[in-house]
Amino acid sequence: MSTLHACLLLSSALFCVGLITALSRSNTILVLLGIELMLNAANLNFIAFWRFNPSAAPAAPATGIVFVLFAIAVAAAEAAVGLALVIAIYRHQKNIRLQDATRLKG
Amino acid sequence: MAIIDFIAGVLGNNYWLIPAMPLLAAAVGALTPRRGRRLAATAAIAGMIGAFALSCLALLSALITLNAHEYNNFDWFELGNTAVRLGFVNDPLTGFMCVMVTFVSLLIFIFSLGYMKDDANFTRFFCFLSLFAAAMLGILVSNSLLVLFMCWELVGLASYLLIGFWFHKPEAAAAAKKAFIVTRIGDLGFLLGILWLYHATGSLLFYDGGSGVLETAALEGLAAQTTMGGLAVSTAIGLLIFCGAAGKSGQFPLHVWLPDAMEGPTPVSALIHAATMVAAGVFLIARVYPLMTADQTLANVPVHALTVVAFVGAITALLGALIAVAQNDLKRVLAFSTVSQLGYMMLALGVGSWVAAIFHLLTHAFFKALLFLGAGSVIHAAHHEQDMRKLGGLSKPMRVTFATFAIGMMALAGVPFLFSGFWSKEAILHAAHVWDVSHLPLYAGLAAVVLTAFYMTRLVAETFFGKPRSTAAEHAHENSAVMTTPLVLLAFAAIAVGFLGTPAWPWLQSALTNTPVESHSLFAGGGLMMLSILLVALGLGAGWAIYGRRARVSVAARDPLASAVPGVFAFLGARMKFDELYSATLGRLNAFLAALADFFDRWVWGGAVNVLATLGELAGTMNREADEDALNGGFDATSERFRSAGKSYSRAQTGDAHGYLRTVVLGFVVLALLVILGGAR
Repeated sequence: MSTLHACLLLSSALFCVGLITALSRSNTILVLLGIELMLNAANLNFIAFWRFNPSAAPAAPATGIVFVLFAIAVAAAEAAVGLALVIAIYRHQKNIRLQDATRLKG
Repeated sequence: MAIIDFIAGVLGNNYWLIPAMPLLAAAVGALTPRRGRRLAATAAIAGMIGAFALSCLALLSALITLNAHEYNNFDWFELGNTAVRLGFVNDPLTGFMCVMVTFVSLLIFIFSLGYMKDDANFTRFFCFLSLFAAAMLGILVSNSLLVLFMCWELVGLASYLLIGFWFHKPEAAAAAKKAFIVTRIGDLGFLLGILWLYHATGSLLFYDGGSGVLETAALEGLAAQTTMGGLAVSTAIGLLIFCGAAGKSGQFPLHVWLPDAMEGPTPVSALIHAATMVAAGVFLIARVYPLMTADQTLANVPVHALTVVAFVGAITALLGALIAVAQNDLKRVLAFSTVSQLGYMMLALGVGSWVAAIFHLLTHAFFKALLFLGAGSVIHAAHHEQDMRKLGGLSKPMRVTFATFAIGMMALAGVPFLFSGFWSKEAILHAAHVWDVSHLPLYAGLAAVVLTAFYMTRLVAETFFGKPRSTAAEHAHENSAVMTTPLVLLAFAAIAVGFLGTPAWPWLQSALTNTPVESHSLFAGGGLMMLSILLVALGLGAGWAIYGRRARVSVAARDPLASAVPGVFAFLGARMKFDELYSATLGRLNAFLAALADFFDRWVWGGAVNVLATLGELAGTMNREADEDALNGGFDATSERFRSAGKSYSRAQTGDAHGYLRTVVLGFVVLALLVILGGAR
C-alpha cells in the first residue's frame, strides 16, 4: 500500500466519521463539527493528491497547499456564520436541537 | 564513554518525545469514559514518569556534550520559495527546566489522586493535567518561536480548562475567563513581536547553524536598526515579547488574573503557580536572553529592554508582598507571594543575571509547590475551609503537613543557610547590588524580603497555632499517605536544591552557562548577606510578635494590623483596588466604545438604510399601482398554476436538516454507483 493509499484511507475514515456525526447528532454544534470533519477529509485528499501525484508529472509548486489554505479560510468563515446561526437558534427556541429548528419548512 | 554514548543515543535528537508522553496520556484520558478513573490516572502518571525519565536523559546529555545547544530542525511546509521551519532544542536550560517540571508535576499528579478522589470528573481532571504538562514541556523543548507560541497558547487553554474545572461555581468560571483574557492581552504583544522578528530576520528558529535569531548575525542586524523614538529594533521586539511574558508570569500591571486563578482545585494552583505556567514567562525571557541583551552595548538609545524588565520586576515584587500581608484566604496569600517571587525572577533577569533568575525559578518551584500542596492538604482535611481566620490549631492533628509546610515557609521566607530560598534570593539581591543603572530595584527587593518573612509567619501562626476556630478545623486530621508522601519529597527538595548553587559551589551556574564559574567563600555576599539575614529576622520577629505570641481567639476578632492602620489594611486587603481601577477605566472605555458602535449601527448606518428602504417602498407602491391594472388578467391565472406547483414541491421542504443531509448522501451514493457501474470516465 502506497502512502497515497494510506492517506486516502485515512481521509475516507475521517469523512465517514464526519458523516455519521452529522447524520446522527441532534446537537447543532456537533453537526457543524461533523461537517468540518468532512471538509478536512477533502482537504487531506487535496494535499495527498498534490504531494503524491500518481501521474508522476511534476506537481506545480504549492497548488495543493494554496487550495487547502483557501479552503481552510473559507471554512473558518463558514464556521463563524454557522456558530452565529446556532446562537440565533438558541435565542429563539432556548435549545440547539436540530430537529426543533424546522420553522423554515414549506 | 560507552555510558555517554548510551545516554545520548536513547533520546537521540527526538526531544519532542518529552512533551509527547503526557500528550499521549491526555489523549488516553480524553477517550476514557468517566467511570474509567483508574485508567486515566494510571495513564497520566505513567506518561509523567516517562517524561521525567526522558528529561533526566536530556539533562545528562546536555551536561556531557560540549556543544552549547543541541537542536533538530525540520521543514514544516514550503510555500513558494520560503520554507517554514520548526525545531526542537536541548541545552542545560531546557534540561534543568524539564527535570523540574516533570518531577514537580509527577508529585502533584500523585497528590491529586488523594485530593480529587471524591470528584465526579476525576477522569477529565487527569486528562487536562496531562495536556497542561505536555504544553509546558513543549514550550521548554521548542527551538522555534512559532512552536513555542503554539505551546504557549495551549498552556493558556489548559489553564482556562483547569481554573474553570469547577465551572458550576460562577466565581470559577469568571476566574477562568479572566485568566484567559488577561494573558491574551500580553500575548497580543508577544504575537506582534514574533511577526516583527520574522519580518526583520526571516527566521523564527532560535539556533540554526548561524542563521537563527539568537545567533550573532541576526542580533547585530537587529541592534543596528532603529525604529520610532530612537529605540533599537531589538529593544522594541524584546519589549513586545516581554508583554507576553508579563501576562503569563503575572507581572504588574497584568497580575490581576493570578490571585483569581485560586478558584481552581488546589493541585491546579500548585501546578500553575509553582512549576509551570507562571514559570513560562521567566523561561521565555531567559530563552531569548541574547535578544534582550542585544541593545546593551548601544549608548544613545532612550531605554534598554532589560531596564524595563528590572523595574517591572521590582514593582511586582514589592506590590505582591504588600498585598499578601492583608489577605485572609490561605491560597490567596500564597498567590500574591507567587506574584512577588515572580517579580524577583524578572528583577534578576533585568539586572543581567538570568542564571540567578533560573536558580530562583527552580528553588521556588519546589518550595511553592510544597506550600500549595500543604495548603491543599489543610483544605482537604478541613472540608474545603480556606479562610485562615476559621482554621487554627492544626499543628497537632496534622503533624506531617505542619512540618513540611514549615520547611516550605522557611524556604520562602529565606531563613539562612539550610533552606534553598535563601541561596537563590541572595543570588538575586547580589546581582541587583552590582547593577550599575540604579539601586531602586535592590531596595524594593530588600523591602520585599521583610514583608515575605512577615506574611509567611502570619500565615503559619493563623493556620497552625492557637485554638481551632471552627468545627471543620476541630475535626481535621492528617491525610492519607498518597497526599503526605509528595509533601515529604518536596520538603527534601526544598532544602537540597539550594545547595546546587551556593557561592562556595556554584555547580548550577557553571552547568547552565557551560563555563566554569569561580567559587567564592560561602559568605562571599558579606555585608549584603548580613543585611538580608537581619531583614529576615526582623520580618519573622515582627510576625511572631504580632500574630504568634497572642494567637487569634475567635473568627470575628479583628486583625492586629487592621486595628493599628485600618485604612492601609483595608486598601491592601482589597488588593490595592486594581480590579476596581480596571473596571472603572478599561471596562468603562470598552462599554463606551460598544455604545458608540451601537449608536452608529442603529442611527447612522441604520438611518441610511431606512431612508433607502423608504425610497424603495415608494417606488414599489407606484409600480404596483401601475401594474395592477395592466397585468392583472392572464398573469394571475399563470401564477396561480405556479403557486399550486410550488405548494406541492414545498412539501419536500420539511425544515428537517437531517432529512436534507440524508437526501444529499443518498444522491451522492447513487451518483457514485452510476460512475462505478457505468464505467464512466
